[in-house]
Amino acid sequence: MKDERQEGRADGMEEGGKIPKPDTMAMDAQLGEADTWADKLRTLVRQNKMAAVSAVVIVLMILVAVFAPWVAPYDHLAQSLTERLQDPSAAHWLGTDELGRDVFSRIIFGARISLTIGLVPTLISMAIGTVLGLCAGFYGGKTDFIIMRLADVMLAFPSLLLAMVVMYTMGGGLINIFIALSLVNWAGTARIVRSHTLSLKEKEFVEAARSIGVKKWTIMFRHILPNCLPSLIVLFTLNIPSAILSEASLSFLGIGAQPPSASWGLMVVRGKKYLFSEPWLSIAPSVAIMIVVLAFNFLGDGLRDVLDPYLKEQ
Amino acid sequence: MLSKILKRIAISIPVLVGVVLAIFIMLRIVPGDPVTTMMGEHVNPAVIEKISREMGLDQPLIVQFFRYVANALRGDFGTSYRLNRNVTQIILDAFPNTVKLSLLAAAVAWVIGIVAGIVAAIQQNKLLDRLFMGSALLGVSMPVFMTALVLQYVFAFKLKWFPVSGFDSLKAMILPAIALGWNSAGSIARMTRSNLVEVMQNDFIRTARAKGLREQGVIVGHALKNAMLPVVTMMALQLSSMLSGAVLTESVFGVPGIGRLAVNGIETRDMPLLQGTVVFTTILIILGNLIADLLYNVLDPRIREDG
Repeated sequence: MKDERQEGRADGMEEGGKIPKPDTMAMDAQLGEADTWADKLRTLVRQNKMAAVSAVVIVLMILVAVFAPWVAPYDHLAQSLTERLQDPSAAHWLGTDELGRDVFSRIIFGARISLTIGLVPTLISMAIGTVLGLCAGFYGGKTDFIIMRLADVMLAFPSLLLAMVVMYTMGGGLINIFIALSLVNWAGTARIVRSHTLSLKEKEFVEAARSIGVKKWTIMFRHILPNCLPSLIVLFTLNIPSAILSEASLSFLGIGAQPPSASWGLMVVRGKKYLFSEPWLSIAPSVAIMIVVLAFNFLGDGLRDVLDPYLKEQ
Repeated sequence: MLSKILKRIAISIPVLVGVVLAIFIMLRIVPGDPVTTMMGEHVNPAVIEKISREMGLDQPLIVQFFRYVANALRGDFGTSYRLNRNVTQIILDAFPNTVKLSLLAAAVAWVIGIVAGIVAAIQQNKLLDRLFMGSALLGVSMPVFMTALVLQYVFAFKLKWFPVSGFDSLKAMILPAIALGWNSAGSIARMTRSNLVEVMQNDFIRTARAKGLREQGVIVGHALKNAMLPVVTMMALQLSSMLSGAVLTESVFGVPGIGRLAVNGIETRDMPLLQGTVVFTTILIILGNLIADLLYNVLDPRIREDG
């Protein structure tokens, strides 16, 4: 049998029972925790210029949406039938629609709808997905089985069709789109949080928390959840554009936002009738949708590279 | 291997049942009586009751569900409220159009996506790479209806190369197919590029180069084979997702396909029509995903051995 002293103490203590000073810097570097959020942000700006530009575009859009009444040159609902279907000009940058409303002002107000739809239902559906994913991964067994089969069913639906069915049940309108999108998109999040939870619950810090009698819910939400946050932030950024596109698509199909709402999807479909004479009526709001979706996609890609390379593998 | 395939098929069955049940329940919690919605408010209650009985709507929900599943298994999706025709027949009339559109769109997506992805990977970080990947991200971010409207405006209205709408000739199918495939082309290009770049860093590529193989031979004979595995699965998945994405394209170009039926079903509050189209499409998509999964198993020897 080998002498323990020659190999070094198995319990990690130095001779004479002194606890060695851990080389925290090295450990942090090894665990990848040396990067603070500020460091990560700096890496993002340095490595991925498009992501940084996109972040600026998004912040600008949010500001424009919040201060829409002050930014927009006209009231987005004010009709002027004598000025209907005008070409873009100095007075109306993107022309006027079939009721003489200023298209540019409507796009500015439309940003409110698109961004709210992008942010709020995504947040709600991800919250639902996170709680279910945590429960499935942590409790395992029957809970896991039921939640995951439910997720399988939800994921089997094409999301646009599912949203259409929900809209049929509840009727059109923005509030119902909110509810439809919140209920429809939780399954992807649940799957990812579950797989994180499964690996995290085997870690020492969870075992330590358990062994000192910390309650299950506290372990789930205060110990496991914070470790899922980087993935969740990336997922959130990448889910926003799909929610925005879903709203636009539903409104485009006439089963989403209803007139006189300035929803971009609704503006596109109303402008479609005049596509060959006044193409900007439908192209301008489409471009607005594309810019916001593109910005979130770029930002999401950049964040993923910095925060969570693991997600790319999935 | 066989047991793995059977297991995968077995998992799909409860999902299928779950999907049908979910659609069934969602469509039945609609406020108001479906027959009243169909006939209007001012119809004699006795007539409404008679029709409800004829359509089996007076039965408990669970009985209605099993009856629906039993009929659906025999290929009967019920009768449309508005068109007063068998839903299965309506779907089968529209289905070939959606299939043609999806297949053509998939061909567009695969060809453009794979070629752009390969060129971008070979020209990594050069101008062409940036250009292609930029357009790919643009493709992914463009709403389907925007692509459709731009194509319609430029190529049908301004240049007059293609008809504005309709779906009766191959020429008329080209614009809808590009509009629907454009989006997927972007994601296929991105995936092809990233896989190829990753594979090109492997030792066997260095060996192939060291033995004097030309770069073309290295890429076609060695790298591509390995890089394409996940792409093939993605291509199969894209094909099934196109079936549902077709809703928007069909709406812009006036293609009489399944997507249009679903939208009509919602607009005219025709529950059996909507239910039939959604159940039918979702089943197809589940089967498509199952095939994609099995294909991956067959193509990738590493997975085959694990099983």
